Amino acid sequence: MKRRPLWVRKLPDQVFKGVATVSSVVGIFFLGWILVVVVHRGIAAISPSFFTDLPSPPGVAGGGLANAMLGTIMMTFMAAVVGVPAGVLCGVYLSEYGRGRLSSVIRFLINVMMGIPSIIMGLFIYTLIVLPMGHFSGYAGGAALALLILPIVARTTEDMLALVPNALRESALALGTPRWRVTVGILFRAARNGMITGILLAVARVGGETAPLLFTSLNSPYWPSNLNEPTGNLTVTIFNYAMSPYPDWQRNAWGASLLIMMGVLALTIAARLAIRERRT
Amino acid sequence: MASISRFVEQESVATRSDRHRRADAFFKGLTLAAACLVILIMVGIFLQLVRDSLPSLRAFGLRFLITDSWNPVTGKFGALSSIYGTLVSTAIAMLIAFPLSLVSAIFLVELAPARLGRLVGYGIELLAAVPSIIFGMWGLFVFAPYLADHVQPGLQRVLGFLPLFQGPPMGIGMLPAGIILALMVLPFTTAVMRDVLRMVPPMVNEAAYGMGATTLEVVRRVTVPYAVQGILGASFLGLGRAIGETMAITFVIGNDHGVNASLYAAGNSIASTLANEFTEASDPLYRSSLIELGLVLFVMTLLVQVVAHLWLRRVKRAMGEGQ
Repeated sequence: MKRRPLWVRKLPDQVFKGVATVSSVVGIFFLGWILVVVVHRGIAAISPSFFTDLPSPPGVAGGGLANAMLGTIMMTFMAAVVGVPAGVLCGVYLSEYGRGRLSSVIRFLINVMMGIPSIIMGLFIYTLIVLPMGHFSGYAGGAALALLILPIVARTTEDMLALVPNALRESALALGTPRWRVTVGILFRAARNGMITGILLAVARVGGETAPLLFTSLNSPYWPSNLNEPTGNLTVTIFNYAMSPYPDWQRNAWGASLLIMMGVLALTIAARLAIRERRT
Repeated sequence: MASISRFVEQESVATRSDRHRRADAFFKGLTLAAACLVILIMVGIFLQLVRDSLPSLRAFGLRFLITDSWNPVTGKFGALSSIYGTLVSTAIAMLIAFPLSLVSAIFLVELAPARLGRLVGYGIELLAAVPSIIFGMWGLFVFAPYLADHVQPGLQRVLGFLPLFQGPPMGIGMLPAGIILALMVLPFTTAVMRDVLRMVPPMVNEAAYGMGATTLEVVRRVTVPYAVQGILGASFLGLGRAIGETMAITFVIGNDHGVNASLYAAGNSIASTLANEFTEASDPLYRSSLIELGLVLFVMTLLVQVVAHLWLRRVKRAMGEGQ
């Protein structure tokens, strides 16, 4: 082998290490930039009335987004109530019962479904619910969000149940415990932290979604009396306000951005903490 | 009395085990139903979108895919500009995100001290959690003006002879859309690539280090060649994410139905067209054309996802056996 001076090999190595270090913090740099901008501009919009008032018409100063906050919470809650149980059951099937061809097809489809754009889910619910009902509604919005929760929860449930040692299942079954009690009473308890993490991450993700709500719940400047009507929500409000020419509205869009971002990041961090507890 | 009570007890054990069997069957059926729901949803999306795009399919046929007129007034619709914008913005995003996430993943797996690696890992995860609409707000009000003032003029001075960088530097358009898209898929591709690199058996790397190879040499000659198929699969998954990303793109792409060679020009993507125009589309043919756009997007992402997952599954199996 030809001999090369050592520096010919060491210099590119040092350069590579430098480049790798720098590029790994690129993401963090932009995260920091975005956080600073959103906090700085969002704070300006935050006041007590921001949390208690209805939106004001363009040109009228003040106004809050109380109805949109309530709408976002209601629809995210509905999505969780529908999507989480369905996802958990689906994960249980794959982990506990699924052995054959059907389950490998379903496992594959769940992975694919996680990659389907959220706007397509909105479009699907539009054709499925909004068109037949003849009007936009909070139910449709919640349904579109539930479709996004389902595959995430199913996947994490399956992964977490697969980590539970088989000895636990076998000893419970040997005591005569029925299968469903083993799953609900013992496996769920053993895999609890991981499952909670998955659920929180899924809820955090859909809580900040905009695209699936555009053609389902639409938006509304009024209090949501029930979910059977267009329902105001923070994300679509941000979209509408940001595209408007009114400075008041744009300022409130920043306020709403701050709220949504803090809510989503808090849920994400809580999810991480839930998993860390188990390790210690 | 004693014999009677024993008799009752035995019977109750029998009925209990019977009840358990029925409850078990019910529970299993419930989970099976939930699992089959996934198949139903995926098939349902396809059928619903096909059904509701029938008017547009009948009116324009396959020409829909290759004409770029988009005129609600005359009722002439073609998807070319949206498809073109989707492909170009995705291509820019992948050109930026691929090398960046590969090098970051190598850093996280091979170079970083444990604590720093964990910290960077958390940061990237948080970046992934930032909602798309926040990227849009930041992109439109902060990043696009910054690009227009500080980056685009300089880029034009150096590379202005290329058709790619001609036209007024507005800040919005294909280029910023691609950059923001890159930021959004970066955490995802980095995470998948990190997982793939971790599957490289440590013995292989350590053998190379043991022979006196530098980090760069190990990475270039051993780690990356070993993991190259997985890396390709990971970037394909990222590509699938980028294609359908909606809100961030809608804020900065400029929303113009035209096919432009310049990356400085405004354009649109399938998702941004849907987000912008769907609620305004009152005419049935207009709405049907938009739903057909959605169908095109669905089929595109479906193909990318299916190929990526099949590919990754094969790679993982091969790497698992190699250990």
